[in-house]
Amino acid sequence: MAKGMREIKRSIKSIKNTRQITKAMKMVDAAKLRRAQEKAVAARPYADKIKEVIASIAGGTNGFKHPMLETRPVKKTGYIVITSDRGLAGGYNGNIIRKVIQTINERHKSQDEYSIFVIGRKGRDYFRKRNYPVIEEIVGLPDSPSFSQIRKISSEAVKLFADGQLDELYLCFNQFQSALVQNPSVNRLLPLDQIEGETSGVNYEYEPSAEEVLVDLLPKYAETVIYSALLEAKASEHGARMTAMGNATDNATEMINKYTLFYNRARQAAITQEISEIVAGANAQA
Amino acid sequence: MSKMTVEVVTPERVVYSGEASMVIARGVQGDLGILPNHMPLVTPLKVAPVRIKTDGDQETKIAVSGGFMEVHGEKVTILAETAELPEDIDVDRAKRAKQRAEQRLNERQPDLDQRRAELALQRALARLDITNSL
Repeated sequence: MAKGMREIKRSIKSIKNTRQITKAMKMVDAAKLRRAQEKAVAARPYADKIKEVIASIAGGTNGFKHPMLETRPVKKTGYIVITSDRGLAGGYNGNIIRKVIQTINERHKSQDEYSIFVIGRKGRDYFRKRNYPVIEEIVGLPDSPSFSQIRKISSEAVKLFADGQLDELYLCFNQFQSALVQNPSVNRLLPLDQIEGETSGVNYEYEPSAEEVLVDLLPKYAETVIYSALLEAKASEHGARMTAMGNATDNATEMINKYTLFYNRARQAAITQEISEIVAGANAQA
Repeated sequence: MSKMTVEVVTPERVVYSGEASMVIARGVQGDLGILPNHMPLVTPLKVAPVRIKTDGDQETKIAVSGGFMEVHGEKVTILAETAELPEDIDVDRAKRAKQRAEQRLNERQPDLDQRRAELALQRALARLDITNSL
């Protein structure tokens, strides 16, 4: 019996250590989540303004054609997949990867029909290991990534589309709903849907011309959308990890309670047994 | 004197926000001086310093790259991929970047991305310009 007690004691101690770690991770990610959300909000004015200007140009000039607004027959599709560098975030990476694979299997028959751009170590390892056609990757982004750090992917993807090497571009990431809920989503980024924003209704003068301004702005807009998706994905990651670690902490507490009960029971049993042994011994003497 | 509000915004944050009496920027077709009540205008900007004049002689310089400017009534909005105030700039780094870019342009290797080197040089020059260390 005494041996059983020691083992229980050891597992209680080990679970307590684990709980300490998960609790710390939960608190760290709660703080990071707040910062990530602030970042995402700070990026909004830029995206809104670009959208507004594009909408007012597109609304003012009729019949304007730009490769980024045209739907072409689809020969090759690009997917930008945003995952995290580190795990322990519940279903965060699994969910988005599963969704992407599902979409790819539904839409494509061979690997020649699509290419993947991947952000995050988890996604890269997954796609690389299974020999998916990954053409660009970024790993090791900090918690608050800057615009220039993802240009490698954003400008490359937009350029390939403009050159006609890709006919569609999809953006796959976990949309942030709340700290508890993140929706894995696959959205079409290019060709751009009709951009509808609030048009301020003023007649701008464009220099050099409305068309040239639009040619300059559309790729920028697409890159901005990718950047804000990344910021949102970061917020989702921290939310997912915070929730996962919160659950882990709760489970650990529950296990500790259960084992403490076992331990006390075993201790009680050992004492009872010892007493009855002593009493039996004393009786035998008498 | 009439005033207008000026905002310089990057994807990451609002770099500058305040009142001004004049904004001088380099558009793709040349320098533009914007005074209050300018007509509505949208134009891409070159990689260059933007000068924002506030009261009297006060002047704020911002190194802008990959940007465009929107003027609407009493409001000027500059959206840029990067925008830096003089105090945010690492002068030594900009100097090194300038040297590197110049070296690359002088070597004229065929496989080298000339355009990228030119842009890097422009960015370095704009940064050095506003920190007065050119």
